[in-house]
Amino acid sequence: MAAIAPPRAGVRRTPAPAPPGTRRVRMRAGLVPWVFLAPALILFTLFKFVPMARAIEMSLYEVRPYLGDRWVGADNYRQVVTDDTFLAAIWHTVLLAVGQTGGSIVIGLILALLVEGQAKSLWFVRTAVFLPTVAAMAVVAEVWRILYYPAADGTINSILGWVGLGPSQFLNSQDTSLWSVMAVGIWRGAPYDMMIFIAGLAGVDRTLYEAASVDGASGWRRLWHVTFPALRPVFAILLTLAAIRGMRVFTEVFLLTNGGPNGSTEVLMTLIYKLGLERNELGVAAAGSVVLLLATVVLTLAVQYGRARRADR
Amino acid sequence: MKASRHDTALGFADLSGVPARIVRFVVYTAMVLVFAGPLLALLVSAFGAVQDPTGFTLIPRRLTLDNFRAAIEQDVLKYLLNSFIVVGGGLLLQILVSISAAYALARKRFPGMRLVFLLILSTMMLPEEILAIPLSLVLADVPVVHVNLIGSLFGMIVPVGAWAFSILVMTEFMREIPIELEEAARIDGAGDLRIFWSVVLPLCRPALGVIGIFGFNMIWDQYMLPLLVARDSAQFTLPLALRSLRADEQVGVGVVLAAALLALLPSVVAFLGFQRQFMRGLTSGAVKG
Repeated sequence: MAAIAPPRAGVRRTPAPAPPGTRRVRMRAGLVPWVFLAPALILFTLFKFVPMARAIEMSLYEVRPYLGDRWVGADNYRQVVTDDTFLAAIWHTVLLAVGQTGGSIVIGLILALLVEGQAKSLWFVRTAVFLPTVAAMAVVAEVWRILYYPAADGTINSILGWVGLGPSQFLNSQDTSLWSVMAVGIWRGAPYDMMIFIAGLAGVDRTLYEAASVDGASGWRRLWHVTFPALRPVFAILLTLAAIRGMRVFTEVFLLTNGGPNGSTEVLMTLIYKLGLERNELGVAAAGSVVLLLATVVLTLAVQYGRARRADR
Repeated sequence: MKASRHDTALGFADLSGVPARIVRFVVYTAMVLVFAGPLLALLVSAFGAVQDPTGFTLIPRRLTLDNFRAAIEQDVLKYLLNSFIVVGGGLLLQILVSISAAYALARKRFPGMRLVFLLILSTMMLPEEILAIPLSLVLADVPVVHVNLIGSLFGMIVPVGAWAFSILVMTEFMREIPIELEEAARIDGAGDLRIFWSVVLPLCRPALGVIGIFGFNMIWDQYMLPLLVARDSAQFTLPLALRSLRADEQVGVGVVLAAALLALLPSVVAFLGFQRQFMRGLTSGAVKG
């Protein structure tokens, strides 16, 4: 049982020795798993499920501390899907999620193909490349703010200068800010995807490579017809993770630009944070959260469903 | 492109000949520079005399501890201590909760098990970020017990106690332990707690390394939760403090570099120390969903 799947009900792994008969003993045996599960279930209930229920409830009210909440039905949601700031934030979130996911997967795959192998030197390269993933996002953001320093002698602008490209404003200009945030996400995400791909590549049947060589397939065709099909489950994993992560993007935007300049990098989570914790529009913020939650669930299930259908074929 | 052997998809690492070696060296050097370079530059620059962001460099010039002295004046040690309290307490709680839940899921059969499994899986779709607004209200007045966790480090520790990934990795591992050992202990009259503690747990030691390193990184990287919980700088964790240090024009960029390096090192050291467990966790079924 390598993969995690909920065990089928009714499958008894153990012919448990019949306890010396009283009903009370058996009752206790029935309680045992719940005692062991209790800490996790209590914590999940308090900090995951109760907030989720609260979010759904709050999203239907105009939340007014001390005055009592006023039922507004779908008004908050209407604001989320019609308000220009929200629409812009939804657009930025989708763009950032798609760009970071796609960029990380493509670059991660290229990196994985380059460093696949057994040599010691490859192990060193892999470890070094993986470091951005290990670093806390807050550290990554500070480092990139410095790298992006918009003066002509800032780090990246200096490098651009060597190849004759003009200094860029990066995070400080509306035209480049979102792309700059995306690049940081890819820089941190690609090494992670690389590691997952390497694990997937290790599982590709080597005899297929030999067969492809015997048939005279070129390196490119070998990749296309042997390697990539074998990596399909890996793509599914990475897309699922990206769906869960992409929607909630907050920390890097909050620290790099906080939604600026002029709202050009405002994503849903930074907007919700501002509405909820700075402007006290809790109802609207909650509606935004519920929309995000739904998007996450739908995307995740869609990836899983697509995977299941492919497996059936 | 003809690979000399058939053990990699591209055969790039196996190409022989002088030109191939040169190309390989250039490609690998570029990779390391792009991905590890910025973090290496942080290490170098934190020990340098850096006046402004243009002084960020990979080449050490004058070594000095000034940045760290200034950072200590800015209370960085207090933030570091807060971070360690949160990661220590949070990790201990997370491991205890995970092994306990995993024992029930891996070694028991009970009605409602599938539902519990699905509930735990579903929490992966409920990150702190999305729940931020209602979570801050819950933290201010925890249901049933009515405790206010805002402004206390407990508010950053208790919510990270239950983490689906950690429970699932542990469950997967515990399923592999032969049932005969448990049965033998049961015949000898050992109870559940005894079996859990003396039979199952010792055999799970390798998996403890996996959930330990992942839990450490997860808690160290927390941003939204400390942001919601901290009322003022007395409760700042180090990652949280970086932003206020940067906003302080008087402090200068050197202090931010020193503080950022201090926030980077624990996670890098933990990763390098537990690399094998880290790789096992990455390729475990819990990631495969």
